[in-house]
Amino acid sequence: MTDTNLGIAVHELHKQFKDGPKAVDGISLAVAPGEIYGFLGPNGAGKSTTVHILTTLLRPDGGYATVQGYDVVKQGAQVRASIGAALQEAALDPMLTGREHMRLQTALQGLPRSTRRPRGNELLERVGLIDAADRRVGSYSGGMKRRLDLALALVHEPRVLFLDEPTTGLDPQSRSDLWREVSRLAREDGVTVFLTTQYLEEADVLADHVGIISRGRIVAEGTPEALKAEIGRPTLEVVPVDPADRQRFADVLARFGPAASSAKPSAVAVLLEDGADALASVIRGIDADSLRMDSFQVHKPTLDDVFLAKTGESFAQGDQGASASSEDESLQPAEAPA
Amino acid sequence: MSATSTQVGELARRSLVRTLRQPASIIPSLLFPLVFLALNSGGLGSATRIPDFPTDSYLAFFIAAPFVQAALFATMGAGTDVAKDVQTGFVSRLALTPTRGNALLFGQLAGVLAVSLFSSLTFLVVGLVAGVTFESGLPGMVVIMVLATLIGIALSSIGVMLGMRSGSGEAVQGMFPLFFVFLFLSSLTMPRPLIEQDWFRTIATYNPVSYLLEAIRSLVITGWDGRALALGFGIAIALVAVSVFGASRAVRMRWTRT
Repeated sequence: MTDTNLGIAVHELHKQFKDGPKAVDGISLAVAPGEIYGFLGPNGAGKSTTVHILTTLLRPDGGYATVQGYDVVKQGAQVRASIGAALQEAALDPMLTGREHMRLQTALQGLPRSTRRPRGNELLERVGLIDAADRRVGSYSGGMKRRLDLALALVHEPRVLFLDEPTTGLDPQSRSDLWREVSRLAREDGVTVFLTTQYLEEADVLADHVGIISRGRIVAEGTPEALKAEIGRPTLEVVPVDPADRQRFADVLARFGPAASSAKPSAVAVLLEDGADALASVIRGIDADSLRMDSFQVHKPTLDDVFLAKTGESFAQGDQGASASSEDESLQPAEAPA
Repeated sequence: MSATSTQVGELARRSLVRTLRQPASIIPSLLFPLVFLALNSGGLGSATRIPDFPTDSYLAFFIAAPFVQAALFATMGAGTDVAKDVQTGFVSRLALTPTRGNALLFGQLAGVLAVSLFSSLTFLVVGLVAGVTFESGLPGMVVIMVLATLIGIALSSIGVMLGMRSGSGEAVQGMFPLFFVFLFLSSLTMPRPLIEQDWFRTIATYNPVSYLLEAIRSLVITGWDGRALALGFGIAIALVAVSVFGASRAVRMRWTRT
């Protein structure tokens, strides 16, 4: 195994908690240096357990994993020296200021005294917190806390960065800011990033490779484009004017492909077997039955479709709310011709 | 400066800064013992007329109590702070650095030490201003501060142990009444030989808190009583050893990393 050439290598990793189900059930994956790997799955899928094992905070029951070529079980200290991590909760002290956090983290990471302050300021500047550096963290917004958490993870210039659901609960602007910084770290600094997320859009936009995890197992892995290409067909979502017509819509749409999941409870969705070429026929079919639409929407395959195809469950029906895909092609307002 | 001393120093600084920025966590540990001192020395003053009572000033008799009470408050503070660190993931963040687990413990205790010294000094000044004569003089006052600090460290280590094991501030605070029972079932308000109820006197005799109080008390009202000091310091040092060991194990349990 050429572990030394890999940012992260995982082989048949297992972890079961006492009296619980298998949290991690034979996971294998590889992350190349400088790559952003999106580990995507709903709550309880095993993402955080995997991160805890890879960051040496948890001992696996079986399997093997290396980070920067170091065994996570036998070479914990070397692994920790190579990695930075921002775990699920921004582990900050509300009583300390941003600058005091930096002082503490740079000292605990063993940076020479002369470099601690400049390094702290550099990172605070980079994550846009230099003006708020002397404010107590208790007064920071969720986005500011996440950015400080990220900056703290970077003080010792790690080659591998673990981010456990870094944007959960953030507003779109804060999320976008964090994505930009993570992306920059990988592209410009060559940092390997292992990012867990329950946001489909996040994995889609940010990750070079995506591993989809469900019930402790990886059910699909590849680039976002390749995974979506496996599905191939677009989905059409129609919202009837009269909710009582849902079944009639479903009957019409069933002629064009199998039913698909939709994040909107009021919508009827179908996976178009003939692709977008079938749209005109669909409209004609709806019109022929004198049905009225409030809106309809065609979207290219998303990672949600991949998740559905691989697990038989809709990601959106799990813990995660609907995430708008940048690939959506909204055609509203749209109504079948009278 | 070695890596470990840097770690302990920075964590002690954090502990102190955090405490100073939460006046609500310091004020009760100063105010409550002083209020208790005022109420008891006023209300129980006539106890000094009991034959064989060791002093004619109940204030001088009772001034030992605030030192132990403040240590009890420090226990709660240290325990809840550590529990918060577990809950927020701060302990996991530290575990990912080269920090040694015990640096967190000793950093926390160093912060307690500073607060404990400040409290002790306050109680000594209040005692002097209120007219208490310290029979052992200035050296005795220094010894009282040392003993009070040892008691603070011992009890705070118990707090750290509880906080680390439970990871819950509420669980730590739930122990507070138990500690107070220990305090009240001691020679807090009356010399042991003068406690009339046999069961109470027996419990007070077996309760180590009695000897901590009596050691401080001896320095105030007797002067230099070797036996009382040996018992007090012996128990305090034993408590420090046991509780620091227990806290250290609790930190190791929580400080899981490969």
